[in-house]
Amino acid sequence: MRPVLYVLSFMLVMGLAFWAYRENYATQHQLKDMGKLQDEIASLREALTLQRAEWAYLNRPERLRDLATANFDRLGLLPLEAAQFGAAAEVTYPVASPAPGETGEVAPEGLSEDLPAITDPVEVSGALAPETQAAKPGDKEFP
Amino acid sequence: MIRTPLRPLARILSARQKGENPDSIERENLRLRHEAIRDKSRLRSEGRLLFLGLGFLAAFSTIGARMGLLAATEPMEPRAAATGAEITAQRADITDRNGRILATNMQTYALYAQPKDMVDPVRVSKELAAIFPELDAATLERRLTDGRSFLWIRKVMSPEQMQKVHEIGDPGLLFGPREMRLYPNGTLAAHVLGGASFGAEGVQSAEVIGTAGIEKALDARLRDPAQAGTPLQLSLDLTLQASIEELLGTGMNMLNAKGAAAILMDVHTGEILTLASLPAFDPNDRPNPLVKGDAGDSPLFNRAVQGVYELGSTFKIFTVANAMQLGLVTPETMIDANAPMRVGRFTIKEFQNKNYGPKLSVENIIVKSSNVGTANLAMLVGAERQAAFMQAIGLFDATPVELVEAPGAKPIVPKKWPDITVMTTAYGHGIAASPMHLAAAYATIANGGVKVTPTLLRGGVPQNGPRILSQQVATDAIRMLRGVVQHGTATLADVPGYMVAGKTGTAEKPNKAGGYDTDKVVNTFASMFPANDPKYVLVVTLDEPVETTGDTPRRTAGWTAVPVAAEIIRRVAPLLGLRPQVEPAPLDGLTAVSN
Repeated sequence: MRPVLYVLSFMLVMGLAFWAYRENYATQHQLKDMGKLQDEIASLREALTLQRAEWAYLNRPERLRDLATANFDRLGLLPLEAAQFGAAAEVTYPVASPAPGETGEVAPEGLSEDLPAITDPVEVSGALAPETQAAKPGDKEFP
Repeated sequence: MIRTPLRPLARILSARQKGENPDSIERENLRLRHEAIRDKSRLRSEGRLLFLGLGFLAAFSTIGARMGLLAATEPMEPRAAATGAEITAQRADITDRNGRILATNMQTYALYAQPKDMVDPVRVSKELAAIFPELDAATLERRLTDGRSFLWIRKVMSPEQMQKVHEIGDPGLLFGPREMRLYPNGTLAAHVLGGASFGAEGVQSAEVIGTAGIEKALDARLRDPAQAGTPLQLSLDLTLQASIEELLGTGMNMLNAKGAAAILMDVHTGEILTLASLPAFDPNDRPNPLVKGDAGDSPLFNRAVQGVYELGSTFKIFTVANAMQLGLVTPETMIDANAPMRVGRFTIKEFQNKNYGPKLSVENIIVKSSNVGTANLAMLVGAERQAAFMQAIGLFDATPVELVEAPGAKPIVPKKWPDITVMTTAYGHGIAASPMHLAAAYATIANGGVKVTPTLLRGGVPQNGPRILSQQVATDAIRMLRGVVQHGTATLADVPGYMVAGKTGTAEKPNKAGGYDTDKVVNTFASMFPANDPKYVLVVTLDEPVETTGDTPRRTAGWTAVPVAAEIIRRVAPLLGLRPQVEPAPLDGLTAVSN
């Protein structure tokens, strides 16, 4: 009985040694991989910082202003004005077509129950009419 | 164990037969037994001591071996830990209140030379001078050949320049990694940001230190490695800053002004949304300070914070508010305003030698900007209470704004307070403060009389400062300032929908001879809007403006600073999300002043 026990425990030790050997190399391999990944993360972070800086540079107000001026024909961007403030109630929504059930009629072809999409610009003017923005008599002397 | 009897019967009997004392046998046996016990326990104790000794030896040698190992091994980065952003940036970014970048870092390279490894210094000098225009080929060649072993050539360079240096292909030219500060918005908010430069420099890295503005004032916070990953968020708003700088620049050019400054401040939180000072500079390429002449002429000069001027009539509201707070007058009290007024050998006159007298209500003193009326009011208040009020509202100390320039810009305050000083300080002469002081003081009035401390850091919480004016006095003061815009000296500032309230100030600049220059003025308009519930304070200051569209050149604030401020409010109020209001009927107690 005893010799069998000795042989078994010897084999167990050998097995464990082999396992430890493999684990050791696997760990080292993983650490090396991680080092590479971390280098990559660092360089990506660096690139990200640079791209953020470039984004900020390309979006600097001075450049955007120049671009808005240069592309005025297409974009028609103007500074926001006080007269452009309005209430939601002042928006002229298209009138909803009556639901088919209420009138007993069938909705005409091409008109679904949903509101049609708004295609034209919606005219909104706030409580402050644009006319009040006009120059007052005193302003005339000053350009 | 076999126990030896102490009195073995056989020996006792034989001893008795021999007539010996059997007790001696017992004693002998007892002695032997005790000796055996002693030997045994000694052995055991010795064994224990030895074991303990070995245990200690093992423990100490383990610790010693570990310490030796730790001391002898090369240091290594902890590879198993996750890296954060702090490893890549040595200085925190600066952003505006919406997170848009104002200052960040960029990886670049410095160029240095090791002339001993250099193959052809003459050619290298020529080629480097061609790449970097500021280098001189002859000087560089002399330096490369005078026997030194190390030479810095460039602190930073662009990737294109680096590529060209690579193409020279000389082994004596080497690159060291550098982190440089970048301000992507150029001159925008330049005076707030200041600038940065390199401190201690090594081949592998260099220290980036702030040289001015908030970069220097908060250098420790920006360099703190624990906070390097968190950007420093300022209260500035990039959009507003850009709009105001543009409008201010246009106004400055149209009015031929030497310089201009504007401050837009939230009256509840004290956050400065815009701090503009023109002319500006590029913090990426910060110019050198002037070696001679007036430092105020340099673009580095921050007029909004460092520009300590006599701000003129804008101070009148403080005198009036103080008098109302002390209960001496109400807005309707009639005050002697008969001009000109003689005090000893001095004469106090009104603008263009007018006379608003003989009596003027307190409200109309502000609306008409009466020097004489304010002077008389100041005499009612008295020197001590006047000085105490100005101290309380922050006009005696440097502003606590987070800029390195701020503590140096202390207001110029009279040392003695004779009657004439009390009178002139009441309308803003003989006392000089910066536009920032004025903005903070107006914000205090606009905030219902609770003191507001200006800050450049995003906080977003209303300040809970000491109360300086009662709510009623503050409301009355704001109503008077609204009157100035409705039918006083600042009618051009009446932006529809935003109920601007404010006060103009025109101060002549002191000259070197000790007098005042009539054609060199500082024009200021301090305003708040909307008047029914003030949210923002705007101070616009123009240095030496002149309005020339009329027959005679006009230099009063009403014709210079006010229209610029009005244009700014018209543009930024919608950007601030302020909905225009249709003004209600005149507030109670508001009386028409024009006959």
